[in-house]
Amino acid sequence: MDHFLSEDQQAIVDLAKQISREMIVPKRVYYDETEEYPLDIVETLAKSDFFALFVPEEFGGLGGSCYDLVLALEQIGHGCVGIATAYAASALGTYPIIVGGSQELKEKYLPKVATGELRAAFGLTESNAGSDAGGIQTTAVLDGDEWVLNGTKQWITNGGQAHIYTIIAITDPHKGARGASMFIVEADDPGFSCGPKEKKMGIRCSATTELIMKDCRIPKDRIIGRRGTGFITVMKTLDKSRPGIASLGVGLAQAALDEAASYAKTRYQFGKPIISFQAVQHLLADMAIETEAARALLYVAARHIDAHPKDMSKGSAMCKVKATDVAMKVTTDAVQVLAGYGFMREYPVEKMMRDAKILQIYEGTNQIQRNVIGQELNKEYTK
Amino acid sequence: MNIVVCIKQVPDAKDVRLDPETNTLSREGVKSVINPYDRHAMEEGVRLKEEFGGKVTVVSMGPPQARAILEEAISCGADDAILVSDRAFAGADTLATTYTLSQAIKKIGAVDLVICGKQATDGDTAQVGPGLAVRLDMAYVTCVQQVSTVTDKVVVLERMMDDGYDEVEVELPALLTVVKEVNTPRFPSIRGLRKARVADIPSYTAEDIGADVAMLGLGGSPTQVVKVFPPEPKGDRTILTGSVDEIAEKLAEIFRESSIGG
Ligand SMILES: Cc1cc2nc3c(=O)[nH]c(=O)nc-3n(C[C@H](O)[C@H](O)[C@H](O)COP(=O)(O)OP(=O)(O)OC[C@H]3O[C@@H](n4cnc5c(N)ncnc54)[C@H](O)[C@@H]3O)c2cc1C
Ligand SMILES: Cc1cc2nc3c(=O)[nH]c(=O)nc-3n(C[C@H](O)[C@H](O)[C@H](O)COP(=O)(O)OP(=O)(O)OC[C@H]3O[C@@H](n4cnc5c(N)ncnc54)[C@H](O)[C@@H]3O)c2cc1C
Repeated sequence: MDHFLSEDQQAIVDLAKQISREMIVPKRVYYDETEEYPLDIVETLAKSDFFALFVPEEFGGLGGSCYDLVLALEQIGHGCVGIATAYAASALGTYPIIVGGSQELKEKYLPKVATGELRAAFGLTESNAGSDAGGIQTTAVLDGDEWVLNGTKQWITNGGQAHIYTIIAITDPHKGARGASMFIVEADDPGFSCGPKEKKMGIRCSATTELIMKDCRIPKDRIIGRRGTGFITVMKTLDKSRPGIASLGVGLAQAALDEAASYAKTRYQFGKPIISFQAVQHLLADMAIETEAARALLYVAARHIDAHPKDMSKGSAMCKVKATDVAMKVTTDAVQVLAGYGFMREYPVEKMMRDAKILQIYEGTNQIQRNVIGQELNKEYTK
Repeated sequence: MNIVVCIKQVPDAKDVRLDPETNTLSREGVKSVINPYDRHAMEEGVRLKEEFGGKVTVVSMGPPQARAILEEAISCGADDAILVSDRAFAGADTLATTYTLSQAIKKIGAVDLVICGKQATDGDTAQVGPGLAVRLDMAYVTCVQQVSTVTDKVVVLERMMDDGYDEVEVELPALLTVVKEVNTPRFPSIRGLRKARVADIPSYTAEDIGADVAMLGLGGSPTQVVKVFPPEPKGDRTILTGSVDEIAEKLAEIFRESSIGG
């Protein structure tokens, strides 16, 4: 359907599609099977300015419009959600600096993120703090001119591949929600290391590791925002990043629909292409309806966020839930349409189904998103 | 360093069809693209500029539609582009083409390096590079597979040969024609696409380049293409597809059935 994109947005879509079809699709099986980090593709995206897309213009970026990034990520996710995650994780890791960092930190890091010279990662989750971010146990203590960090982050995307890590740690244990702060840790800071790459069900090429801080010392000015603003920065970051996950969902659902529909036209049973059976048609029709609906909600949310940057929680959570639930359903149904062949690794849909699952989990599970939406509704209806 | 890259718009080879009645190449509705070798020429120009400094100007002689490939060149890192376009250029053979291009390049001013593709996929003569070098009074090297060093005086490069390669040092100014092995062309960038959309691409006419009209187009061309036709098909052909193993298996099967090879 026509979303009346501007000429510039259409150019971004076309370029992302070109890179996706010409470079990502031919390599996605290799990267899924070897679980290697797709460095050549990430570097290609950087050269073509995709890292500049989420950085503000005054720091060497292209403006940081949510809509532009969403359009790009949809096409990259259409090719491979694992590779798209390896790219998008840098946006997630950079947002804390954009939403909360000092002018100095922005000037120091953002121009290099925009060129792709620096890749980023976001460190929130710990073994006892998943949905409940308040449960984090990593600490940061001020010692003279340095912060000293201790603790272990778990399942951090881009672990070992990023150059900078935005990490939340407890700075004042007794202050509750105001007791945590965010910091920038550089990969070669003393006392910082990454664990081995986790073995995963899907998005296998994206690196997921522990971040280990043992008396990790960083300069005092690497704190993001004021002391005690860590959780606020985390919430703002996730509000900003979730439409990106929704985009991967829409791109993936579209890719699965594309595979299923074209297969259904060429697979003959009972002397007819299976697309002529109404049961198959209805499956495809529902896949198409849901994908278009998810896309429409995503684009509306992205435009709303660009126009009302202070009011993003609800729209951002809504599009994340909708698009990723749709991606899970549509990829599962695509396997059903291809049936036995769909279950074989020779065809792309089994990977799509494996890749879909993470979208309902990371950057806040879909249950947590519904909590966010529910809390917003609660606020709205008490006015 | 002032680099000029010559690029030609050609019909997309994937799209070209034969008109079954006239048995000629049908160009109608066929997409036009940058000559595949010229993508590598463009990339090499931009790469050398990034590594050694300078400026890349892309030049194409062709109809107004050739503007599209010049915009594409800018989106991939070229600084400037010039379209050389005039009805008087129509029907040019390689002699007239090299004359026209040389006149346009002379108008750009002092040029250190001209890069062309090895050949165009339609005309396929591979004569334009060398011919242009002679007209510009430059040294030239064809089939370049790698450029290793550029100074303000010389270029050091590898020329592809059937049985290996020659290492060549050539004095500037020089003209190179490149093969596909020379590099991997980049994708456009978002900034490049924005720049290309608003780029001011001048169009030079015969008058602008101070050309002698007698040397242009059909009139200036001793060679004229009278007819383009595919050779008569020779007997039955079967094209085997699949993996190498599958093809080998199918081939063995055909041999078995036809009793070739006993
Ligand atoms: C591949 C991968 C990459 C990741 N990348 C990153 C990263 O880059 N940075 C980072 O910080 N983290 C990352 N994570 C962590 C991810 O964000 C968490 O896994 C996620 O937030 C959920 O936490 P959990 O897995 O501990 O689940 P839990 O919090 O243990 O949840 C278990 C179940 O309980 C439900 N649940 C929990 N609390 C509630 C509640 N209050 N109401 C309703 N239901 C609830 C959840 O929805 C879920 O179904 C990544 C995870 C994975 C698997
Ligand atoms: C089927 C066919 C057969 C032809 N046969 C002959 C022939 O036998 N003799 C003859 O003289 N002419 C011939 N021509 C005409 C010839 O195509 C034109 O002269 C053409 O302008 C240049 O020749 P080429 O395509 O062979 O280019 P080549 O010499 O193969 O091209 C080499 C490089 O020169 C540069 N270049 C070529 N043309 C341009 C351009 N217009 N603008 C900018 N850069 C350019 C590019 O970098 C290109 O990679 C033929 C044309 C066709 C379509």
